[in-house]
Amino acid sequence: MKRIWILLSVLALAAAVAPFTGPFVILLLAQILVLGIIAMSVDLLLGYTGLPSLGQAAYLGVGAYLTAILATKFGFGLGWDFWLVVLMGMAAGAATAGFFGLFAIRASGVYFLMITLALGMCVWGLAYRWNSLTGGDNGINMRGRPKFGIELANDLTFFYVVLGLFIASFFALHLLVSSPFGKSLVGIRERELRMRILGYNTWLHKYIAFVIAGGFGGLAGVLWAHLNGIVSPVDVLLPASVDALLMVVLGGPGTLVGGLIGATVVVFLREYLATMVQWWQYVLGAVYVLTILYLPGGIMGLFKGGKA
Amino acid sequence: MDANFWLIQTFNGVSYGALLFLLASGLTLIFGVMRIVNLSHGAYFLLGGYVAISVMRASGSWLLALPIAALAIALLGLFVERVFLRPLGFDPLRQVLLTVGFAFLFQQAALDIWGGDNLIIQPPPALSASVVVGGLHLPVYRIFMIALACAIGLALWFAMERTRIGAMVRATVDDAEMARGIGIDTSKVSMFIFALGAFLAALGGVIGGAFLGIYPGLDFEVLPVAFAVVIIGGMGSLAGAAIGSMLVGLADNFGKALFPEIAYFSLYAPMVLILAMKPTGLLGRE
Repeated sequence: MKRIWILLSVLALAAAVAPFTGPFVILLLAQILVLGIIAMSVDLLLGYTGLPSLGQAAYLGVGAYLTAILATKFGFGLGWDFWLVVLMGMAAGAATAGFFGLFAIRASGVYFLMITLALGMCVWGLAYRWNSLTGGDNGINMRGRPKFGIELANDLTFFYVVLGLFIASFFALHLLVSSPFGKSLVGIRERELRMRILGYNTWLHKYIAFVIAGGFGGLAGVLWAHLNGIVSPVDVLLPASVDALLMVVLGGPGTLVGGLIGATVVVFLREYLATMVQWWQYVLGAVYVLTILYLPGGIMGLFKGGKA
Repeated sequence: MDANFWLIQTFNGVSYGALLFLLASGLTLIFGVMRIVNLSHGAYFLLGGYVAISVMRASGSWLLALPIAALAIALLGLFVERVFLRPLGFDPLRQVLLTVGFAFLFQQAALDIWGGDNLIIQPPPALSASVVVGGLHLPVYRIFMIALACAIGLALWFAMERTRIGAMVRATVDDAEMARGIGIDTSKVSMFIFALGAFLAALGGVIGGAFLGIYPGLDFEVLPVAFAVVIIGGMGSLAGAAIGSMLVGLADNFGKALFPEIAYFSLYAPMVLILAMKPTGLLGRE
């Protein structure tokens, strides 16, 4: 519980301070929250269920492309129907995960890593080559954010909407992992065979977790599209998936909050440090290496002295 | 679309498959022995090409650049394996992320040293010609690629099946714990295999640099294709890598020629189908 109060105070602080910062900082904060959502979806799989997904960007891509295509080709989702697109993005992410899960959930460990990687590349391949639908390498340029009474074109307003959706996602996932279902996921992570002997349908449990994670990936995608104003194959490429995984490992798997911490560090390095120094990518690479070597429990692990 | 179209596309597919074999054979060996998903494999491919370019600029000799680049990258792989991967022990996720970290470090270093331009590795004139076989103009270079991949494939097969080191490697693949139990130094085997994998990837980079070019981002472009090969063939299986390379090489070529809009999809979708039917790949065990 304490963790939730700390998280909420930090978010409230960010919300209070945001109006007094510049547009660049506001966009960075929004980016951290969007990536925080995808990181939490990875955490549901990796931290709670023990499934290291290396293709989570695929679901973000599905949500983002759906948003961009609806907006540019049909002018849909630029008013109140934005909220419909949010739901559709989640549904599309979940449906894609529902299809991919049929292939992926059979595998475990390293095989799961490789298969999710390959499935993610399928989505990238479509985004990259299906020119008539996705704009190919150039991607899709969006023309402005939705407006419905409030104007999301205003970065600050958009940030508050993202913040609201982040908090909603956090509580939804928090409820999920605290529920008996969530506990059985942890049981599967710790010892799948025992859970199976106890009578749990472990395949179904993992599959449901995979689909839910896909849904939140889709949600992140909808926001990602509006945040950047452009959707391109780079958003779906392997490094995006790897980053999401790193955020979780860096922040601390099995904590949900860790994903946000990891997202903060990665966004700071990728976006903020990159504007100041040329050698930022060395720092990012070094963070990967050092985290893996010296921080097995992630940053959250430092406070708890062990894995949950 | 006459017979020539199919012949040329098949030839191109097979020669691309030959290049993929160089990349994927190392990846599959590393996976088989160490159970590591090596995401820096593409970076070794890229660095191999870059080192070759530097050697060629200094000496002007392609023939010299090929072995020097491959050996230099093998040493780099040796260093990474000894200093960073080995101490981690067996933990797939952390190993994967560690190799990603190195992929990013290598990428940035390559950008700083060699810049962002697309560089082409010019093969010697003898290989740049083309020959006419049965009315088809075939580039000698692609024939050379196929021959090289066959030679390396045979050498690897011979080394694995007929030598003492090969037997040790196979024992480690089958059951690392048991191999240790009967006195095989699996740590040394891992070191050797990781360096060999880097060597083969770098060799692929030099060879492939002639028609793919060498540019930033190439590492993460070839990596998933190599993974497709390894997944289709069966992780850890050399013969699987050979079959997988051919299938992916052909699927890629025909996909791009026949259905350009879904070219990459036509590359990865068959892989997903194979996985659905046989999760360990065509020749994978377990």
